Amino acid sequence: MGRFLLGADLIHQNKNGRGIELVNLTLGYDRRPAVHHLSGKIAPGVALAVCGPNGAGKSTLLKALAGLLTPIGGRIDHDYPDPRAIAYLPQMIDIDRSFPINVKDFIAMGALRRIGLFGGLAAKECDGVEQAVQRVGLSGLEHRPIATLSGGQMQRVLFARLIMQNEPVILLDEPFGAIDEATTKHLLNLIVHWCAEGRIVITVLHDLELARRVFAQTLLLARQCIAWGPTQEVLTEENLQKARAMSAAYDAEARECLLDEAIIHDH
Amino acid sequence: MKRSFMITDIFISPFIEYEFMRRALVGSVSLAMSGAPLGVFLILRRMSLAGDALSHAILPGAAVGYLIAGLSLPAMTLGGLIAGLIIAFVTGLAARFTTLREDASLAAFYLVSLSLGVTLVSIRGSNVDLLHILFGSVVGLDSPALFMLVSVSTFSLLCLALFYRAFVIDTLDPIFLRQTIKISEVVPFLFLALVVLNLVAGFHALGTLMAVGLIMLPAAAARLWSFQLVVALPLAAGFGVFSAYTGLVFSNETGAPTGPAIILVAGICYIASLFFGRAGGILRLRRPSSHLEG
Repeated sequence: MGRFLLGADLIHQNKNGRGIELVNLTLGYDRRPAVHHLSGKIAPGVALAVCGPNGAGKSTLLKALAGLLTPIGGRIDHDYPDPRAIAYLPQMIDIDRSFPINVKDFIAMGALRRIGLFGGLAAKECDGVEQAVQRVGLSGLEHRPIATLSGGQMQRVLFARLIMQNEPVILLDEPFGAIDEATTKHLLNLIVHWCAEGRIVITVLHDLELARRVFAQTLLLARQCIAWGPTQEVLTEENLQKARAMSAAYDAEARECLLDEAIIHDH
Repeated sequence: MKRSFMITDIFISPFIEYEFMRRALVGSVSLAMSGAPLGVFLILRRMSLAGDALSHAILPGAAVGYLIAGLSLPAMTLGGLIAGLIIAFVTGLAARFTTLREDASLAAFYLVSLSLGVTLVSIRGSNVDLLHILFGSVVGLDSPALFMLVSVSTFSLLCLALFYRAFVIDTLDPIFLRQTIKISEVVPFLFLALVVLNLVAGFHALGTLMAVGLIMLPAAAARLWSFQLVVALPLAAGFGVFSAYTGLVFSNETGAPTGPAIILVAGICYIASLFFGRAGGILRLRRPSSHLEG
């Protein structure tokens, strides 16, 4: 696989400059922060990878961007007319694979924001489903129940739903977790395509090699921003070490906090 | 000639001769038509036992209605409806805002509710009354009760048709629904409210315990036959209607109590489906004689 850095030369295409800006963003659950004071701008058309050790707050950041988590502090600025104009693929998505639904109907779900809960599926949308099936390479499987799909095929179906959603912002949380190389390559091409169309694509990645090879920009996260910029400058050994140290330090601190609480309760 | 006369005798005559049999048939068939499809959704939501729990939760409400107005249908129905909706609502809230999942909250609330109900009933009523509440009296359906059953059934089917997409997506991928649609938070409550409505309606026809059976057993059987929801839902209703009819005939022939008879037939449908169901039955696991190419 050759090196093809995405997005670096595509920024100019997006002249209206719609982006997302994080302003001193702090996120967390119950008052315990998972991401601290994160600031930065996410430009359309640039593939952004979010990397970092386990528990660094990567998934939390994506959840907040998807509008499923209210920030503790700071804010997320964007100038999209509808805050729901976001396609989000969570990690280890909790879908019951034995649910009696076929591939086509599952992908058609992507039209939900346009047609609502009560609107009909127009012929144009049906064509869209057909095209999405083709683009993820599942032609011929339209009428198969999702129970009969392999893990890789299911991930393709989920990507087809993202195509169907056709949103300007796409958030992917570890989309290549347990996927073979051919499928990964196929789905990466879709990400390339989305960036070329001037969308914002943010991908949480565990595989640093993949980030280096494909993603122009990287945010290295360890509860706070370690580095954010061109991937080659961010994913240095020095920064990665810093991220690991930071993550460990936070764990220790959390333990002390618990101890403090225990002492208070004793009195 | 003689044989065909016998068959008519068993399967058709009772319904021509006795009005109470016709009423029982209409009542239990309408409950089956709306309840069984709801049961399919309960199973898909992994809430198979929720119907059971909710039916117990209805009891104290019905008991309060009974204490106030005696064996009066509107009072007991209203009481049951209020109690069921409160428990469904509180359970939904607890699941949303505490660390306990829906099933744990439901288990806790229904246990409290049931003990409250039994206490209330035993304060004034005799055990005969309690049996009436628990096991119902399908052959004693009067016109208001029948009218209520049919109305609830019609209303539930209309809601199910109208909110079909919402129910399917909320069951399949709730995060997707939450992130895409504004009113998504209402959907689970609406669904549970429909379940409560059917249980309350069924509790007069079959009793709280038996109503759950007519909702869950045909649904579980139908799940074993199809990978397509549009097939499984009417199939569940079909199993329910079949059980209601056959159960009534069996009850009329043998003198067995109607509620249990209907549920027993539904149980037989379920056990047969466990073996022969084409989408998950046991016999499906046998090595097929030839496999498909590719």
